[in-house]
Amino acid sequence: MSVIKNAELVPAPARRSFATLFSNVSRWRVPLSILALCILPWVLPSQALAVNVLIYGLVAVGYNLLFGYTGLLSFGHAAFFGAGAYATGIAIGAFGIHWFIAMLIGVLVSGLLATVMGVLAIRTRGIYFSMVTLALAQLVYYAALQASSWTGGENGLRGFTVSTLHLPGFSVNFLDPLVKYYAIMIVVAAALWFVSRVLNSPFGAVIEAIRENETRARACGYDVERTKLLSFILSGILCGLAGTLSAMHISIVPLDSLHYHTSGLIVMMTLLGGAGSFFGPFIGALAFLSMEDIFSLWTSNWQLIVGVIFILFVLYLPKGIWGTLISWGKSR
Amino acid sequence: MSVTNIGKQFGGLVALKDVTADFQEGQITAIIGPNGAGKSTFFNILSGALKPSSGTLRFRGADMAGVPQHDYVHRGIARSYQITNIFPNLSVLENVRVAAQAFRSRMNIWADRSADRDSEDRASAMLASVGLSARAATPAKFLAHGQQRALEIAIALVADPALLLLDEPTAGMGPEETREMVALIEKLAAQRTILLVEHKMKMILGLSDRVLVLHHGQLLADGTPTEIQANSEVRRVYLGQNDGYA
Repeated sequence: MSVIKNAELVPAPARRSFATLFSNVSRWRVPLSILALCILPWVLPSQALAVNVLIYGLVAVGYNLLFGYTGLLSFGHAAFFGAGAYATGIAIGAFGIHWFIAMLIGVLVSGLLATVMGVLAIRTRGIYFSMVTLALAQLVYYAALQASSWTGGENGLRGFTVSTLHLPGFSVNFLDPLVKYYAIMIVVAAALWFVSRVLNSPFGAVIEAIRENETRARACGYDVERTKLLSFILSGILCGLAGTLSAMHISIVPLDSLHYHTSGLIVMMTLLGGAGSFFGPFIGALAFLSMEDIFSLWTSNWQLIVGVIFILFVLYLPKGIWGTLISWGKSR
Repeated sequence: MSVTNIGKQFGGLVALKDVTADFQEGQITAIIGPNGAGKSTFFNILSGALKPSSGTLRFRGADMAGVPQHDYVHRGIARSYQITNIFPNLSVLENVRVAAQAFRSRMNIWADRSADRDSEDRASAMLASVGLSARAATPAKFLAHGQQRALEIAIALVADPALLLLDEPTAGMGPEETREMVALIEKLAAQRTILLVEHKMKMILGLSDRVLVLHHGQLLADGTPTEIQANSEVRRVYLGQNDGYA
């Protein structure tokens, strides 16, 4: 009897401690993310990889706001990433504008583009929404290809290297890889804090309600279309911000950053890490880029391996890496 | 709420034709009719989910023609659904809280939602009144069918509507759950106007102050339960074929 009793008693505290752990992780999600980002360049094989994780992690986080939380599958988010990058590059290269203002311009341009694309796409649902966003993003791609005097066409945009970040009172050497990493990290950390606040806000509750049941959300008194549009714009702005960082980082904007391959990459990273969770997209970006880094040393066909792993995830762990961890933790 | 000459066509199909009715405050009105009689269409028009092809809909004197569906609840009209229509992956409490929140804040992206104590308190109180407090933290999809129906009503009720539209509130319920739901509806009727679509005749005749009978999209009869029971035409098209039905 006493043995059985003990056996029954053991899981209860364990369950409580797992639940507490996850609620604490959730409460401290912003400081924890920043901590993780601080040590990232020291644990990854290269600093170049770490910076890519930062930038694509931010893209995936921005995308997740729309896909994971609002439930809208966009295949056109490369447009915002690319638009942010091009706008910043052109502002610095062609007009010699201060890098900080150039970044603001990048964010603004991607936000405007998101507003236009959002207004057009939000009327449609399901697969039609995905197709409209894909088509509109390809429109942006071909526009950039044609306007080669501004964008450099197929060769991409070049000639806007930022080597020093001038700030009031001091300047930062943007050529030192580690300094560059932490400079970019500060922007990403601020964006993560912003996203965390948005998710905690009343608006964050509404987008989740819309993802869960659009009809009911409307009957509850929410303007579903306006809410979706705002979510679309916020998501586009975050991807645009990542684009401006990418432009500053590699001092070139490849035309490919607007291509639907990039949109697909964003969807894959988000799914891999776990859509609809705070940490998921970042973990997805980290996993994807690390796989690319490792497998591409062995074979030039690394995408084949990543593709197989992705399919396995979709089939067996549809909640992604972090999503699976959460549900595993809750069921313990 | 008053409807005048309401009609609705879907392509060539006439779902509703010239329906006129007034709903008095404080009454329970039941809408009955055989399948395909236009009950759901009528209900969707009353709740703003569909706009009528013709006729006018007025609520407390105001024409509802240009009012978008999401504003109906803000004017005091809330509805429940025939097929359980909840937020499956959100907790039971959050299901009701997010409905309450619509009256406090809709597009605020910067405040902390947990600072909105009022919505949370109202949601908790609502859960207590429908007997779901113990399940507050459970994801709604894990509730039993009867509990989901109760949650469905709680989501509509937290809006504190003057007019509550209930679409088959006892759909799929056993006798015991049905009795509980009837008791809940009677309790609710003390403070508001209730309109319900139902199939269970005995329940309707016992519960309602007034019954509307729809047949082929037209209003066949309108009266007290006793009058409806005595109406020979209604007996012919509806009651007769359902003798002994629940």
